[in-house]
Amino acid sequence: MSDRERSKSRDESKDKPEETAEVTAESDTDLEALDDLLDEIDEVLEENAEEFVKNYVQKGGQ
Amino acid sequence: MAIHKVLGTETEYGIVVRGDPGFNPAVASSLVVNSYPGTRVKVQWSYEEESPGRDARGFGHDTYGLIDAEGAVVNSVLANGARLYVDHAHPEYSSPESYDPLEAVLYDKAGERVMHKAAVVASETSGRRVSLYKNNSDGKGNSYGAHENYLLSRETPFGDVIRYAIPFMVTRQIFTGAGKVGKENDRPDVDFQITQRADFFEEQVGLETTLKRPIINTRDEPHGDPAQYRRLHVIIGDANLSEVQMFLKLGTTALMLAALEDGAIPDPLDLSDPVEACWQVSHDLSLRRPIQLDGGGSATALELQARYLEWFAKYVEKELDEPVWNQLIEEWERTLSLLETEPMQLADTLDWVAKKRLFEGYVARDGLEWSNTKLRALDLQYHDVDPEKGLYNRLVARGAMRTLYTDQQVEDAVSTPPQRTRAYFRGRCVSEFAGSLVAANWDSLVFDVGGSHLKRVPMMEPLKGDAERVGALLDEAEDAADLLRRLEG
Repeated sequence: MSDRERSKSRDESKDKPEETAEVTAESDTDLEALDDLLDEIDEVLEENAEEFVKNYVQKGGQ
Repeated sequence: MAIHKVLGTETEYGIVVRGDPGFNPAVASSLVVNSYPGTRVKVQWSYEEESPGRDARGFGHDTYGLIDAEGAVVNSVLANGARLYVDHAHPEYSSPESYDPLEAVLYDKAGERVMHKAAVVASETSGRRVSLYKNNSDGKGNSYGAHENYLLSRETPFGDVIRYAIPFMVTRQIFTGAGKVGKENDRPDVDFQITQRADFFEEQVGLETTLKRPIINTRDEPHGDPAQYRRLHVIIGDANLSEVQMFLKLGTTALMLAALEDGAIPDPLDLSDPVEACWQVSHDLSLRRPIQLDGGGSATALELQARYLEWFAKYVEKELDEPVWNQLIEEWERTLSLLETEPMQLADTLDWVAKKRLFEGYVARDGLEWSNTKLRALDLQYHDVDPEKGLYNRLVARGAMRTLYTDQQVEDAVSTPPQRTRAYFRGRCVSEFAGSLVAANWDSLVFDVGGSHLKRVPMMEPLKGDAERVGALLDEAEDAADLLRRLEG
């Protein structure tokens, strides 16, 4: 379940309208933060994911 | 009364040399350990052993012009009392003995900093980017450890430790896991699971650490007076990046062991099949899957952890009413309660939840399948110790993870030992008498101060050698020979 869906189902279970509004506002901020975060991570992601994952081999561990 | 739970961690880091897929991991690990630029003494570890450094022999492939295979130095003691060395194919950092779980978190984090500093220099000297990862699996069936060590009383029957610790270790995974895309080791398919390590555990009890890994490892090497102490060597945990999560992992486990020694665990909570339960708990993102209990009936990992919490909150109130343990109980309560109601709210404290939020974001935004290689790359990169590349570190920089220590505190812990354990004596000797220190182990230091014999200083008591006992003596000593005279006098 995504954050948005979760907050929706949580909203439906609430009976005080002002609390519902608050929760929704907070979760929109969360989603924006997540979008921002993904954009930032795109910038630093290892360039060739296939190559990176393929070459990541760690033998001889405990 | 339970003995004081002195504790520490040992972490094998994953290693990659860019642009050289055929790199030899033992050589690269030696390069990293040799490159560490901070204060340290390259020593022979364990005076009695023949020559532990010989592990680095015969790895001739490409030594980046740096390592003489014969003379490779793969062991060192740092100014914070830690050990930095090569364990077969991985660079490893063993934290100094810490006084309590909060301090143990600090010194574990200092290890990430040590590794990063070493990787930077290793990259410069080799002309290739050397990256280090604080994780436990390569996603291809190879695992490497993040072990925890707790001081136990020799009086506690080991059979009791096994019986009481197994259900605790299996169920604590819900808040100790670092998260992983996919499964390994022939376990059933899964998109994402709570832990890195669970798939690899195949026995309840045993001496092995590299194959047929047991939930309880029986290595009996107390690193202290064997008549009084044991050391529980826990191999089932994940390496954590999150400080709060590490505090929970180390704190609840130390508390469980203290309660066990004090006979304060009312029920062992025996599981029918702990080995199966181990990976099943890790694979169950709903946190609702019942575990069969040996005496009949079943309970979820969360329910069993709630029982421990209830017992140990009372135990702390009665026996351990100190700020660190009260903070632990509060954090534990909050964590279990959110795992029950809104687990995603723990994205700022639990590595597995932070990853899940991130990966779900990618799945939603880019329409990725969970089997997409990009998610595996993200999974690995979460653990990169580089502050720029590591995704956990990026989350911290954005204020998206709750931390317990400032950057400066972690930096200070790289060069300053804990004050209340014997690591204090070891660390200060590294800082001040490096030229005379020839060998070290957890429970002794060996000095060469001229003369026909080396001088050995035993440290069989983990809580002695602390600042209060030897601080003034170290301040006053003019050199190592003077220090030894004062110790004898």
